[in-house]
Amino acid sequence: MIDRRLVTNFDWKLLIMILLIAAVGVMNIYSASASYKVVGTPYAVKQIYWVAAGMILAVLSCSIDYHLLEDLAYWLYGGVLVLLVLVLAVGRTSMGATRWLNLGLFTLQPSEPMKIVIIVTFARYFARRPYPDGLSLSELAVPLLILGLPALLIMKQPDLGTAIIVLLVAGTIMLAVGVRWSTFAYLLLATVPVGYLGWQFYLREYQKNRILNFLNPERDPLRSGYHLIQSKIAVGSGGLAGKGFLHGTQSQLRFLPEQHTDFAFSVFSEEWGFIGCLLLLVLYFLLILWGLAIADRCNDRFGSLLAVGVTAMLCWHIVINIGMVIGLFPVVGVPLPFFSYGGTSMVTSMIGIGILLSIRTRRFMF
Amino acid sequence: MPEQSYIRVAAPRQRIFFISIGVAFLFLFLLSRLWYLQVIQSEKLKTMSENNRLRFVPVASSRGVLLDRNGKVLVDNSPSFSLALIPQDVRDKDALLEKLATILGLDRRELQEKWEKGKGRAKYFPIIVAAGLSRDQLEFFEENSLWLPGIDIEMKPIRQYPHGTLAAHLFGYLGEITEGELGRTEFAEYNPGDYVGKSGVERSWESYLHGDDGGRQIEVDARGRFLRTISETAPTVGHSIMLTIDEGLQKTTEKALGDKAAAAVVMDVNNGEILAFASNPTFDPALFTGRMPVDTWKGYLEDKRHPLENKALKGQYPPGSTFKIVTALDGLEEGLIDEHTSVNCSGEYTLGKNTFRCWEKKGHGKVDLKRALKESCDVYFYQLGERLGVDKIAAYARQFGLGETLGVGLENEKSGLIPTAAWKEKRFGKKWYRGETLPVSIGQGYVLTTPIQLASMMATVANEGTVYRPHLVKKVVDRDGRTIKEFAPEVLRRTRFSAEQFRLVKEGLLAVVNEPRGTGAGARLYEVKVAGKTGTSQVVKMRDGKGDIPYQYRDHALFVAFAPYDKPEVAVAVVIEHGEHGGGAAAPVAGSILRHYFESKGGIKKPVRGAGIEVDDADGGQPAEKSQGE
Repeated sequence: MIDRRLVTNFDWKLLIMILLIAAVGVMNIYSASASYKVVGTPYAVKQIYWVAAGMILAVLSCSIDYHLLEDLAYWLYGGVLVLLVLVLAVGRTSMGATRWLNLGLFTLQPSEPMKIVIIVTFARYFARRPYPDGLSLSELAVPLLILGLPALLIMKQPDLGTAIIVLLVAGTIMLAVGVRWSTFAYLLLATVPVGYLGWQFYLREYQKNRILNFLNPERDPLRSGYHLIQSKIAVGSGGLAGKGFLHGTQSQLRFLPEQHTDFAFSVFSEEWGFIGCLLLLVLYFLLILWGLAIADRCNDRFGSLLAVGVTAMLCWHIVINIGMVIGLFPVVGVPLPFFSYGGTSMVTSMIGIGILLSIRTRRFMF
Repeated sequence: MPEQSYIRVAAPRQRIFFISIGVAFLFLFLLSRLWYLQVIQSEKLKTMSENNRLRFVPVASSRGVLLDRNGKVLVDNSPSFSLALIPQDVRDKDALLEKLATILGLDRRELQEKWEKGKGRAKYFPIIVAAGLSRDQLEFFEENSLWLPGIDIEMKPIRQYPHGTLAAHLFGYLGEITEGELGRTEFAEYNPGDYVGKSGVERSWESYLHGDDGGRQIEVDARGRFLRTISETAPTVGHSIMLTIDEGLQKTTEKALGDKAAAAVVMDVNNGEILAFASNPTFDPALFTGRMPVDTWKGYLEDKRHPLENKALKGQYPPGSTFKIVTALDGLEEGLIDEHTSVNCSGEYTLGKNTFRCWEKKGHGKVDLKRALKESCDVYFYQLGERLGVDKIAAYARQFGLGETLGVGLENEKSGLIPTAAWKEKRFGKKWYRGETLPVSIGQGYVLTTPIQLASMMATVANEGTVYRPHLVKKVVDRDGRTIKEFAPEVLRRTRFSAEQFRLVKEGLLAVVNEPRGTGAGARLYEVKVAGKTGTSQVVKMRDGKGDIPYQYRDHALFVAFAPYDKPEVAVAVVIEHGEHGGGAAAPVAGSILRHYFESKGGIKKPVRGAGIEVDDADGGQPAEKSQGE
């Protein structure tokens, strides 16, 4: 059943890159959770399970011809959209956010598959439509509708981080398709009233605080601004060479919030310093370039846009997560792919990698 | 638009290249920010991370205690509670200070000042703003600490004086360290708000008494909860000082001085140990560590008897006739007199145009050395002094350590003054007149001595020639009772006088106390032979001491003694300011001091009932003596 070409053309280099990042991630989670009193399996070990499961998922997704996605695109879109509506209706609420659906055997966070599904849907939508002069404003209407529905539903949960990722990924695909300069101008003009209305009527108080605290972290150094300051201290105190593995005082003494998940990079940079960060960023950069190269080499428009989308998804996760940890962006809950602890993020990212592998492996088929 | 599968039109190739460039810029953006934080801002953020997790909790040490020669506690410590502010936890400084001022009933500015003074140090270091909290205040702060973020209660041991004002001048008092002191190297380890010795033993022995504050460097987590102690320096308790004084004797001495402005020193003649050291009136050293009531302070400053002055060490008095001991020994050594040399005292002595009177206006008649000492005949010593000359007198006086500091070990010891011709030349630019030598020979004129010098002089007479350094500290003991430092008797010098010369003078001194017409009968003890010498020294020259003389112009009364006569153990010097008569005012004081000394040694039985000084009937009525210059 498995095509022999799949084995001979398999992109081992990409897989090794991912494994390398994941290995550093596991090590870092070990350090970040060293101060935790965990009952049962330690986080680092659980993460190894997740990496293994992710790998299997990636290989599985790779073995599926991605063109199947093109046929299923709208069905998938519709299905996940219904799940998102269901989340708001009957979802499980935890810590002020309603993000999870209890499916009996496990809980599902439909906003995660939506990240992939929006890529597939956009790739499907644009694959059959050439825009020689780029997208005009009116040509944006349908894609914005396709994007807007899930984005608003996700923001309603509220999950600002995922919503932003979905918007940015979709935006990147549109950039790859081509957008007219005039369209840019109109969009730019639109941000002012949309931003104002959004601030007034849409954003929750804590989200506003996050943004305000990002703009001025000293505003509330003990509460919402606290994470930002502590994270900056952690990163900066790492210095050039870092404090050494397991020696990050900020993390070992738990000054960092969510330090094994969203703020894992903060722990890493405290313990490994600028040199460690540089190496990790180089790895990530190679990964992104690799993904873009796959898009570049792909001979069909759907595959190419799909590769751009998946790569954009990984890239924006990386940039926003690191940017947030080092105080460039407001704190939004976005994990660092393959690095932060957590199964959900691992599954989504690995499926993305599977898709990339699938495109890469089949590049000579068409 | 017709859908078209697998179109090749406008493949996103070129755009993917631009997207790659965009990604590169995003990563460079992240890297430059990392560079900024981890390289440029690194030091600052490192410090912040240290401050984040480390707290310093000072642990106050206690000062070494003062013990008497038998190990009885004279000064120790008791816990005192202070209100401190921890800058990093204070949210609204002004509001907090305002509230605290109201609660404590203090001036807000006072708190502000303390805050400003302590603010320069680390943000976690507590600043003490109010010391000596009452029990009620303490309870209030403990209950309400939640509403006053940043406050902290600090326990600190403070000085406690179980014997109240006992030997206050000797012990000295403590005070908060001043800014000037903080700048000096000896106080490098001190912190604002620390107490240091300001006078007496507390000051001179500060470096031994002062314990080093300890501290615990603790690591806390994000919520300020204690995690573990990183390093700990235990506070080191200061060393204890075992003084040479005897608690019982000290009490007796102070009691004997009564309410008079006076000083008394009791010394062991065989090693220079000071057994009692009193200066009257005294003060309450405890008030200096707490809050001194303004009235009390004003009272101390305005009292004409100068309670804050350490008279035993710094009071400089003309020795009066007690100085005749020196003059007598000089004459014997110079061969100008022997025990048979006698002089006819007519009540006055004329030198040139000046007439020098004897205190006994009727005159003593024919007096030899023994009688001259016993009855304190001025004329005998005028004549002797005239023949000796001032420089010879001075040279001999210096052999006793008069006119110089003895190095007792307390600050600002005074040297007194033994005049010479050269001294006068230098001081006044005038030459010495022979007539000026005569008052010097009876301890008047320019001569000044301190009570401690007089005690030392008497000890030297008693032990026949050895000048020991008078000292107050027997040993320094650490908290485990190990001796750190012990003080052996130190011989400053030996006089040139022979044993025979001492014997002659001592016979006279025995007669002073024990024979009819002796001026020092007030010090007589029947069980122990006391030898002594009275002195009455002029404060101002008065034509005639008739009628009521204002207090501040009355003569000082002095008495020096040693006992027992045959095997001397102890020397005493008593100076009573404006006490008028050495024999009447000072001798009985010395007598009761000596009585206590021998009683406690078991040398004499305790009197049955208040039989203090009933011995002076024979001579008590008679005014002792009074020397008059010119």
